Amino acid sequence: MSNAVSTAPKTATRGRTEGGQSGQRNAALAWLTLPALFFFLVFAVVPLAGVLILSFSSWDGIGAIGSAGMGNWFSVLADPGLYNALGLTFLIMIASWLVQTPISLLLGVFTAGSQRYRAALAVLYFLPLLLSSAAVAIAFKALLDPNFGLATGLGLPFLARDWLGVPHLALGLVIFVIAWQFVPFHTLIYQGGVRQIPKSLYEAAEIDGAGTIKQFFHITLPQLKYTIITSSTLMVVGSLTYFDLIFVLTGGGPGNSTRILALDMYLRGFRANLMGPASVIAVILVLIGLALALFLQRLGGKDKQGSQLEGM
Amino acid sequence: MKQPQTSRRSFLALAALTPFAAMTATACGTSGPGTSSAGGGASMWYLSGEPNQTTMQKAVDAFGSANPDNKIAVTYFQNDAYKTKTKTAIGAGQAPTIIYGWGGGTLKTYAEANQVDDLTSWFEENKDVKDKFFPSSFGAATVNGKIYALPNQYVAPIVLFYNKELFEKAGAQPPKTWDDVMSLVKTFNDMGVAPFSLGGQSRWTSMMWLEYLLDRIGGAEVFNAIFEGKPNAWMDPAVIETGTKIQELVSADGFIKGFSSIAADSNADQALLFTGKAAMMLHGSWTYGAMKKGGQNFVQDGKLGFVQFPTVAGGKGDPKNGVGNPAQYMSISSKATDQEKETAKKFFKDGILTETVIDTYINSGSVPIVNGIEDKLNASPDKDFLNFVYDLAKNAPNFQQSWDQALSPTAAEALLNNIDQLFLKSITPRQFAENMNATLGK
Repeated sequence: MSNAVSTAPKTATRGRTEGGQSGQRNAALAWLTLPALFFFLVFAVVPLAGVLILSFSSWDGIGAIGSAGMGNWFSVLADPGLYNALGLTFLIMIASWLVQTPISLLLGVFTAGSQRYRAALAVLYFLPLLLSSAAVAIAFKALLDPNFGLATGLGLPFLARDWLGVPHLALGLVIFVIAWQFVPFHTLIYQGGVRQIPKSLYEAAEIDGAGTIKQFFHITLPQLKYTIITSSTLMVVGSLTYFDLIFVLTGGGPGNSTRILALDMYLRGFRANLMGPASVIAVILVLIGLALALFLQRLGGKDKQGSQLEGM
Repeated sequence: MKQPQTSRRSFLALAALTPFAAMTATACGTSGPGTSSAGGGASMWYLSGEPNQTTMQKAVDAFGSANPDNKIAVTYFQNDAYKTKTKTAIGAGQAPTIIYGWGGGTLKTYAEANQVDDLTSWFEENKDVKDKFFPSSFGAATVNGKIYALPNQYVAPIVLFYNKELFEKAGAQPPKTWDDVMSLVKTFNDMGVAPFSLGGQSRWTSMMWLEYLLDRIGGAEVFNAIFEGKPNAWMDPAVIETGTKIQELVSADGFIKGFSSIAADSNADQALLFTGKAAMMLHGSWTYGAMKKGGQNFVQDGKLGFVQFPTVAGGKGDPKNGVGNPAQYMSISSKATDQEKETAKKFFKDGILTETVIDTYINSGSVPIVNGIEDKLNASPDKDFLNFVYDLAKNAPNFQQSWDQALSPTAAEALLNNIDQLFLKSITPRQFAENMNATLGK
């Protein structure tokens, strides 16, 4: 979420702030960050420090906290379960990106048009986003039930498969449901991005004789570069925290076939009473999240100085 | 240019931190209901869901009007959410006065962390309370020889249910031995009916099979050794034979297609039995009441059959042994004030399992853990089932508490995970034993 918000005002305010402001005003503005800094300390730094300390401790969540040294780290890093969870997390992340980006990009471009029916469609596309993940998971679980689900109800035997009971099917289904839930959100981001593109670019292209497809590849797509990066960052970092949906839909099963890192952390911490190892996984999650987010920002970083509205 | 850079980082850090935010939020969010009411009252957390919720509320109300100075405030939670919530609340020192639970390994972790009071001396002073309940119900309340919880509610053994109508159609008899089970699997598969219903996604449902099979094959001693954490206890040949038998049953299509995606919390597994899609189901006795309520006269019309778990040829276990939940339990938080503790004890003595409550349990198809209720059971329309459960619980030479409750939470979670994989055949019975052996003492 934060990124979607932060990129837009940045381009807008840059023009204003760069116009030779007095140092005094900048100093005054610095004070305004204090509340934010305070909340960041309380809600981000303190818990992070707490989790870091816990990752070197042994605690069952109830009794006294004891020191474990590097024990938790060694045992978690030696646990094949961690690599299974890591692999699944990255698999779901990549698959989600590959599935969601083209769909939401195209839908976003489509709904950015001005015809009235598109507005109505945009509302329909948007609906899944309004449902809570738990509700989505429960609904899909009921629909896909091999004995009492939609397939039996409608008499469609080819759909009556054990969707959530076969490892690779369950994994595919998780990716599908995630896409179903989050494509609307990214569509919205792309829709906004497309609407920011100056009309004059298209007018010029039309005069030069470029068709719709050419316009898409030579104007829309390059102009959406930052939107793509924003949306991808949210998708990639967000996929680290997919939890509720998978927890309700499959509980990590069958076997360990959908037990992603965030779920693994929860199950270790709160089901198995192993707060130390769970904290190790939490720290790993943070590191991966930070690394990925920074990497994605770097992708679009080189020409950040240049205005997106250049040529206007 | 630096400013936006840092703020973006912090945003990203925030985004990445969401998992901890969730962790800490659950830790802080419990302060509300845990802090008990002012005066001489006490607080209690209990499970939502009927018929037990109404029964408990009535008991608490009755106790409250008889003891206006010792009212008990109850908050209700859903089963799975409750388990996590109590654990977190106790860890945060915000537990309610009365902690409801299932005894066993979880109670042990509470007792060893000095979070619940030792009630041994109280039971000595109140012999009549102790003598009121089935002696077998105290096992799971006892940690290192001391009693930390009051047993209450009802006994819930695991029972082999079957659909009489389908058995008549097949001209078959309920299984007495494991060989019968395997031949019935063939009979029903040939008929196009699933032999066994199973809500395998819940995992503890699959566990019930292992509990009985291990008991019939190796006897009660095998799990007792595991429970006591004896070295290599899981490597007993009986464990491996149990796993092998399970995988044979899975391979023979013994369980309904798609069993690993069926969850027991929506009662879909029970529905498979009473709609005739599956012929048999191994499940807790508590499903009787639920099927009576939701099964469209399936129970009322006498179509539900029930038998003890079959024997295994050459097995060492006593065929009368039972497994399941010997009772439910209530402990007193050691963080509660003396007044709150007094109220809780008074409730334990006068408020719980009163005559009205006993009648309500019997009416809902459960056997309360109270001695001398034979007459009441015989007067019930469900007397066949109630007597069956009562005899099973009373005559069992060994009544094994459900493994996931008996073991520590750490071992229990590993167990459920490995059982899931055993049923999926993604690990061999030997790997199952080895994986579990690594959890001994944890």
